[in-house]
Amino acid sequence: MTPLLDVQGLSKHYGGRIGCADVSFRLYPGEVLGIVGESGSGKSTLLNCLAGHLGPDSGQVIFDTRGDGPRDVLTMSEPERRMLGRTDWAFVHQNPRDGLRMRISAGGNVGERLMAVGARHYGEIREAAADWLGRVEIAEARIDDRPSAFSGGMQQRLQIARNLVTGPRLVFMDEPTGGLDVSVQARLLDLIRGLVRRMGLSAIVVTHDLAVVRLLADRLMVMKDGHVIETGLTDQVLDDPQAPYTQLLVSSVLQV
Amino acid sequence: MNAYNFAYLDEQTKRMIRRAILKGVAVPGYQVPFASREMPMPYGWGTGGVQVTAACLVPEDRLKVIDQGADDTTNAVSIRKFFQKTAQVAVTEKTGEATIIQTRHRIPEQAMTEDQILVYQVPIPEPLRFLEPSEVETRKMHALEDYGLMHVKLYEDIARHGEIATAYAYPVKVEGRYVMDPSPIPKFDNPKLESSALQLFGAGREQRIYAVPPYTRVVSLDFEDHPFDPSKAPHPCALCGAEDSYLDEVITDDAGSRMFVCSDTDYCASRREDAA
Repeated sequence: MTPLLDVQGLSKHYGGRIGCADVSFRLYPGEVLGIVGESGSGKSTLLNCLAGHLGPDSGQVIFDTRGDGPRDVLTMSEPERRMLGRTDWAFVHQNPRDGLRMRISAGGNVGERLMAVGARHYGEIREAAADWLGRVEIAEARIDDRPSAFSGGMQQRLQIARNLVTGPRLVFMDEPTGGLDVSVQARLLDLIRGLVRRMGLSAIVVTHDLAVVRLLADRLMVMKDGHVIETGLTDQVLDDPQAPYTQLLVSSVLQV
Repeated sequence: MNAYNFAYLDEQTKRMIRRAILKGVAVPGYQVPFASREMPMPYGWGTGGVQVTAACLVPEDRLKVIDQGADDTTNAVSIRKFFQKTAQVAVTEKTGEATIIQTRHRIPEQAMTEDQILVYQVPIPEPLRFLEPSEVETRKMHALEDYGLMHVKLYEDIARHGEIATAYAYPVKVEGRYVMDPSPIPKFDNPKLESSALQLFGAGREQRIYAVPPYTRVVSLDFEDHPFDPSKAPHPCALCGAEDSYLDEVITDDAGSRMFVCSDTDYCASRREDAA
């Protein structure tokens, strides 16, 4: 089976400091990979390098494209990468304000990706937007409201709808539940898990919240100081951590 | 004695502007940066158009200047006087007799010919400006032909108003490539952008020149189920009776009376002359 994403020796330095160093992994279709670590461990840097928002210093990010098979994303031209970014890829930001256009209606936000890939039929765009709002549990009546009139949880769900409308195969998520209260978090996680399973998506989820990866991720990567220090199946890593830092991380979770 | 160089600008400046114009003609719809000069009028009064006109003028030219279609409004009168004084060129109010027409916010009703140049005054040349504030990003979007955002604006129009409510500065795609702001002409004038005349656009404050060469394909953006509609007020002209021209609404008293008259004064006057 061809991996959907094959990352080899990815490194990124900020001057003398390490962002992430020599990261390699494979992601297979339908799989959800969690990346955990404390603040400053390089997990966001890694995600941004993978998604093409940052240029890494060295390494390869080979994506199994629909048309031409496996290709190195980093050597693609800018138009190709942008096209990928709005068709096969999706990026869910921690802060919905970074991923949404706050001055444009919910329907316009969901429709933007469709229009960017050439949809020119208003009725069809609106229908798709209404359908996706329904799937993320936002009432259709709010299709013409701006995201600024939405609650934090709704904004995050809208951001997910906006990203999934073109039927991507790979979703990058950066702390998708950050800043939400626990009951909203639980519903959002439930929603994401349902969508990922139903659509057969592959996803890379960056978080510092171990509960999130326990629910979503099949496999786990633990990062510290820019290096990957432990990988394995989620339950295996969380229940029987090997590296001292992972043991610390797991034991730091507050029990209610 | 005339203390000015011909058409006010010095020869090197005109040369620089002509280069920008040539590049603009070579890449229709592309905004060419140029070193805009300080002109003896405030920004927003047509400093870009005046520089383009100055670079195009030759002593044999006959100049016409219109402002919102009219030859006798402040902006038109002062720019016409400016070139009479600094270039001693002949001037006219007749669209058919002019070789260069500088315009603000209108295209003349009478069809233009291959021997004519139409110079537009442009306040904000970037069609994506109010959607994307970053110049770096908008340039990248033009380079990559990344124009989905323009349709998001039209989508928002329909969602909010039931139709595409943009009535002026209606975005167009030039020769299947660049999305361009046709300056704040009413969308009624958009079909006339496909013309036999050379059309030049100058934005002085924003320091951009762009062009639509003769017979270039210019398509107004729209949706399949909400096609472009070059609408105008549903009245005939109260003075000349024309039904095919763009109309201005004129308030005639404070009791609600109004009349609709041709915005193109030369078109209206010549129709009335012909009828008389």
